[in-house]
Amino acid sequence: MNIEGVDKSKRQFLTSALTVVGAVGTGYIAVPFLAQMQPSTKAMAAGAPVTVDISKMEPGQLIRVAWRGKPVWLLNRTPEVLETLKTLDDQLRDPQSSESIQPVYTKNSTRALKQEIFVAIGLCTHLGCSPTFRPEIAPADLGPDWKGGFFCPCHGSWFDLAGRVYRGVPAPTNLEIPPYRYITDTQIIIGEDTVETSA
Amino acid sequence: MKTNRWTDCGNWILDRFPLTKFWNEHMAHYYAPKNFNFWYFFGSLALLVLVNQFVTGILLTMNYKPDAKLAFDSVEYIMREVNWGWLIRYMHSTGASAFFIVIYLHMFRGLLYGSFKQPRELIWIFGMLLFVALMAEAFMGYLLPWGQMSYWGAQVIISLFSAIPVVGEELSLWIRGDYVVSDATLNRFFAFHVIAVPLVLVLLVLLHIIALHEVGSNNPDGIDIKKNKDANGIPLDGIPFHPYYTVKDLVGFAVFMFFFAVVIFYMPEMGGFFLEHANFIPADPLKTPEHIAPVWYFTPFYAILRAVPDKFAGVIAMGGSIVVLFLLPWLDRSKVRSIRYRGGIYKKALLLFVISFIGLGYLGTQPATPGATAVARVLTAVYFGFFLLMPIYTRWEKTKPVPDRLTEQPSLEDRIPDFVETFNEVTIKTEGKSGLFSRKLNYQGLSAVSIRFLKKIKGSLD
Amino acid sequence: MKRLLNTLILLSLPFGVFAGGGVELQRADFDLSDKDSLQRGAKHFVTYCLGCHSAKHIRYLRIALDFDIEKDKVLKDIAPEGANIYDKMNSAMNAHDAEKWFGIMPPDLSLISRSRGPDWLYSYLKGFYSDSTKPLGVNNVVFPDVGMPNVLWQLQGEQKPVFKKVGGQQVIDKLVTEIPGQLPEQDFDRMINDLVNFLVYVGEPGQLERRSMGKYVLFFIFMIFILAYLLKREYWKDIH
Repeated sequence: MNIEGVDKSKRQFLTSALTVVGAVGTGYIAVPFLAQMQPSTKAMAAGAPVTVDISKMEPGQLIRVAWRGKPVWLLNRTPEVLETLKTLDDQLRDPQSSESIQPVYTKNSTRALKQEIFVAIGLCTHLGCSPTFRPEIAPADLGPDWKGGFFCPCHGSWFDLAGRVYRGVPAPTNLEIPPYRYITDTQIIIGEDTVETSA
Repeated sequence: MKTNRWTDCGNWILDRFPLTKFWNEHMAHYYAPKNFNFWYFFGSLALLVLVNQFVTGILLTMNYKPDAKLAFDSVEYIMREVNWGWLIRYMHSTGASAFFIVIYLHMFRGLLYGSFKQPRELIWIFGMLLFVALMAEAFMGYLLPWGQMSYWGAQVIISLFSAIPVVGEELSLWIRGDYVVSDATLNRFFAFHVIAVPLVLVLLVLLHIIALHEVGSNNPDGIDIKKNKDANGIPLDGIPFHPYYTVKDLVGFAVFMFFFAVVIFYMPEMGGFFLEHANFIPADPLKTPEHIAPVWYFTPFYAILRAVPDKFAGVIAMGGSIVVLFLLPWLDRSKVRSIRYRGGIYKKALLLFVISFIGLGYLGTQPATPGATAVARVLTAVYFGFFLLMPIYTRWEKTKPVPDRLTEQPSLEDRIPDFVETFNEVTIKTEGKSGLFSRKLNYQGLSAVSIRFLKKIKGSLD
Repeated sequence: MKRLLNTLILLSLPFGVFAGGGVELQRADFDLSDKDSLQRGAKHFVTYCLGCHSAKHIRYLRIALDFDIEKDKVLKDIAPEGANIYDKMNSAMNAHDAEKWFGIMPPDLSLISRSRGPDWLYSYLKGFYSDSTKPLGVNNVVFPDVGMPNVLWQLQGEQKPVFKKVGGQQVIDKLVTEIPGQLPEQDFDRMINDLVNFLVYVGEPGQLERRSMGKYVLFFIFMIFILAYLLKREYWKDIH
């Protein structure tokens, strides 16, 4: 071996160049390897928008449908409930929903397109449990302050019947509202808000 | 300052973990003979393919369902609906075949240069165990897509065990866990394929490499480089594995990946050899495909099985064709290792062996007609003759004197002018097109080159 | 008894006959990059095949994306009435009816082009001829004793075989048209090629993407090769 007279800088350059190209190559192959864990077409198909018929919903009734595997609530709110909602603002953490996730068209006082029908994803914004529907007022277990709402049994978060979170509970924001729109007066499509024209 | 902190952090680990020692022992201060040629790429390539199989295999298990009702569809689901699933699946299926190509060439290297001979017998034994484990791995993996070939291939191979006297029937029943290949078989093969056998493979690879680094690598001259050391105890003909062979193997990796990518992106079925056509039909326990053949890498052994007219004897012959490989270090009585210094008999015997192996491999893919079976019998005799007559012909043949130091041979790069010249001889320039495609075959030149090549081979066999 | 019957039925029906009859296969002439042809093929598939055969591994959505057409257009022009864009190409026939009518569920065609090959499909679809000895009145040159009727007979017309003697045995030499169909031969051939084109596409929808990606990967690996080779040469200057 003769180590003398070696062009060190050329070696250094080639080593660096190969390292860079190799790193880029590793990056290229990592993309498909990581992307394969993204939801597949099957998951996306199962997460397709769902159409719900609300013509048979009675006042005060809550129905649950699955969208993207998550529970979505549709609640037919009575005029009394809507009245109550107006009085709660000072007990709520985010009454104007300014820090919560919802489509713009539901960022209003009742958090709904049409105020009677409330649509929300039924998962607590704390750690993802599904709260229970407790429309009764001041039940024994929840105390006299309960004005009807959603109660999360996991860590005790309170939401009103517009999905707005109370102060002093673990959940940070109001319940999330999915994109939705009315196809007709009695049909709601969840997961889609404008007519899709292309992929 | 920042650099210092990193160095400190590194030193903290190095003080507590023998990383430097490990690196030096196996890379920087592992002295390999400096004359490794083309045939010495395949060991590191096998490791590369193993890593490929592990990574892609793990990703495949995330979407594959080891259930007879779901398996076939889940593979198609991977191919169509999982993001990049087709790429991962083709990398795995092509990797399986590539593994055997690499391993067969790696083993052939051993035959060429006597790498199995004293003191490397144990390396060879570990290598053979690796080969057997790899065959088990490939066989069980092939059941998982649950196509017709998967199913009936497994049915046939498991039935081989029933040929064993007394316990055979019970044994094959126990392997299947059912009266035929079924959901139970699929599920246990999945368990073996994804965890049990891979663990064995990793362990054996470690043993194979540790044993190799203990005695040192052989080389194309078959000379013990440790006999000639300098004042520091470093072999005169040795060079540190790192950086010299790491950079060289990187070139090998790139060339291999090129061919690997050509198959993946342009011919993933490889004309039905890597992915068999009938395996695109879901397994049907009520109907055997008209012609079943194992995947190409098993066909030489399958042809030996079919060449023997008796069921039990056939199984023995097939098993024997692998067992005999284990015995190679003790069958070979030659005083020299490398084919360069062996006599003509071994060279001719090895050529015949290669012909028989490839011939059997071809016949294994074909239907068993009487003519084909007759040829297969001859080739089977040649196959076993190569090994079983070895103690006789290697002992008596006249070997050439082995030099003390490694010899200089032209490398692939040195031969590039020759290749260009040969290319120019076998092609002639045509009008119209430019570049490489402007030339077409020149049959006169081709025949002249072929004759010269054959004469050269004939000459080198003495 | 039931098992025996099943086996007998299976033996007389699709699959298993890989080598086919003695007739040489005709070459299919298809082009996967011809999206119009693929679209026509998809339409033919839904019209003539989907009644009995599913292609359960492909969704209409994928067809829309791969053929560059609007989802609504796929639903209107290609998919059967009432299909959802996320639906797979499922057949309307259920397994129970199928077994009553044909003795077996007609096979799913998602992978038929990969197990049989395009030329076989082309020859098969064109290879029906009248044979009064068979229960369905037809037979097929590449698939003897076929269990499927010639669904395209109105378009193709009826063919009869011309025999020749090979080694003392009557062998089909070629098929000639006995009763002309609604389509001229050229148009019918084009239709079959479109259908084969679509089936090849369905066999592996990503194959065009795969092939077009290959050259970039190869180029990149070649770059690595060049750099690795230069580095190796540089280091190995020490050795010689």
